[in-house]
Amino acid sequence: MKEQAAGRSGGMSWRNKLINPVLNKEFKLRMRSPRAMWTLFFYLFAIGLMALSAIYLTQLNSRGSQGFNPEESKLLFYFLSMAQLGLIAFMAPGLTAGVISGEREKQTLNLLLTTQQSSATIVLSKLVSSLSFMILIVIATIPVYSMMFLYGGISPKQLFLIFLFYLFIMVVLGSFGILFSSLFKRTMISVIVSYGVTLFIFGGTAILFFVLVGMMSQAATQPIANTYSWIGHVIAWNPVAALYSILEPSISEQAFTVNMGNSSVKRAPIELWQEFMIIYSVLSGLSLWLAIRKLRPSLKRRGM
Amino acid sequence: MNANDEIEIIKVENKNAKYNNSNNTNLHLNAESKKESDSKVESKLDIPMIEIKGLAKSFGTFDALKGIDLTIAKGTVFGFVGPNGAGKSTTMSILATLMAPSSGYAKVDGFDVTEYPHEVRKRIGYMPDFFGVYDQFKTVEYLHFYGASYGIPKAEREQLIPQLLELVNLSDKKDAYVDTLSRGMKQRLCLARCLVHDPELLILDEPASGLDPRARIEMREILRELKAMGKTIIISSHILPELAEMVDEIGVIEHGQMIAQGNVSDIQNKLRVKRFLHIRLMGREEEAEVFLRDRPFVNRLLRDERGIQVHFGGQDEEQAELLHDLFAAGFKLVSFSEAQTNLEDVFLEITKGGDALQ
Repeated sequence: MKEQAAGRSGGMSWRNKLINPVLNKEFKLRMRSPRAMWTLFFYLFAIGLMALSAIYLTQLNSRGSQGFNPEESKLLFYFLSMAQLGLIAFMAPGLTAGVISGEREKQTLNLLLTTQQSSATIVLSKLVSSLSFMILIVIATIPVYSMMFLYGGISPKQLFLIFLFYLFIMVVLGSFGILFSSLFKRTMISVIVSYGVTLFIFGGTAILFFVLVGMMSQAATQPIANTYSWIGHVIAWNPVAALYSILEPSISEQAFTVNMGNSSVKRAPIELWQEFMIIYSVLSGLSLWLAIRKLRPSLKRRGM
Repeated sequence: MNANDEIEIIKVENKNAKYNNSNNTNLHLNAESKKESDSKVESKLDIPMIEIKGLAKSFGTFDALKGIDLTIAKGTVFGFVGPNGAGKSTTMSILATLMAPSSGYAKVDGFDVTEYPHEVRKRIGYMPDFFGVYDQFKTVEYLHFYGASYGIPKAEREQLIPQLLELVNLSDKKDAYVDTLSRGMKQRLCLARCLVHDPELLILDEPASGLDPRARIEMREILRELKAMGKTIIISSHILPELAEMVDEIGVIEHGQMIAQGNVSDIQNKLRVKRFLHIRLMGREEEAEVFLRDRPFVNRLLRDERGIQVHFGGQDEEQAELLHDLFAAGFKLVSFSEAQTNLEDVFLEITKGGDALQ
């Protein structure tokens, strides 16, 4: 009996570590909802439509030329990668910004908080569950990407790197979504703030970069003789620039050598995507830490 | 309640005794485990299940709790009475580790709720006044989820959950989706959820609110069974008068202050500043009515076919004198009785003034 119990507890422990009750619940409830099926359907429909439209337009432009140009295939791949990034940016806040506040609104959170599950388990399980669904969707788009391989010009390594970047951006946006879901009682507010922050990350940082570039160009009468310009650090906050720096490494050098004369002799101090990952790893970690702290009310007495 | 009483409760041989093992591993008390639990019970009896001292909670400038003191012994069923907004739910939320007090402390089984929330959560089953359920879960899955959340292994849950469903009369709904259950069934399911980890203390905030009379009766029967199992229960409810016979103590809270606390009958006795006397006579009712109107402490009087109802303001001595005077005046009495005040009367009396006990 003892052996059986030991075996059972051993079996349970690794399974418990892998799938805790909250994660199990999230998986079940998410996949039982018809919304999961429709989300998957519309996502694939959108990405498929964009891919086919892009292929059609490319074919149209290259009519008359012999065969398929690998450079055009590369462009298609870039386009599809950016489109996928945009869809992830659209999907991630929607999937995560309501995971805590939704439980609060449904009045199930208090019941969950009185169980033995730690705040970290609850928050991380919800993040992992949302990430898993997003990963499922992104993996489901691989057949669309495979169309690019028919034409050549893309290496599997590039594809792998791009998907790793997607995973990272999902973690980042998911962490922000969960933080706001934990901070705000209303899902509506949490969703709005999450999309606002996402919009700033994607659009605001780019606008800021171009405004600063414009200001520097006007202010500087002659090229500055530094090894690199600080302005590259601004665009390093932008996921589109970071993704593009994976596809085209020369972008990092260009970003860091704005208004610096002959850029060919300068090197970027750090690749944009590397700096992006450092910045957002810290921010993502901070967001999750804060979400875990804020999930349960502080039980420290005031005025004692 | 002394040690023997507690042990006697544990000895109760009914279908629910199987829930009385604290570690959830085997719900039946066998001879060996009983010895062990007897010694545990004796060693832990000194510690009250709930100890609250100077508990205060403020929301901005609003003082929801103004320093309440409360001690509830193990195995007690405690009725928490008070009007809406009096501070009942706030007190219960603090006990459930969902809220921190502004000052004072609350302990569950000797564990401070702010210092050892993890230990407190092991010992409590909390049912809030408003709660939601995961609609896309089946009844069994719902209980499995909470059982797993309390760290109960699956094999044990497989045995435990059918028993819990039987206790709350939901065995026939085990495979039904939660969203198909009626309100009363959801309340009972939530009660089963509270019991899934065999807690020593049940914190039930308005467990019967919104239920129809039949569902209320079912809920009351379940609570009665839980009492027989020796659970400590703190309950706030609109159906408190109906629960009068199972509540050992009541606490009356108003404007964040505990204005009365103690044994139900003690509080009823203390509150008997007004009595309702029922007098039946063998004839001469009209004459007796006139006679009674002139007696001291008779505030109001109503005569109908059942007899004379007297709203009496005196105490035992004055009541005895009234009976004596009736005899002396030659009235033939069929009965002279005092109508029992119920908990609802007590509640209304206390919350009306609050000075009655001071």
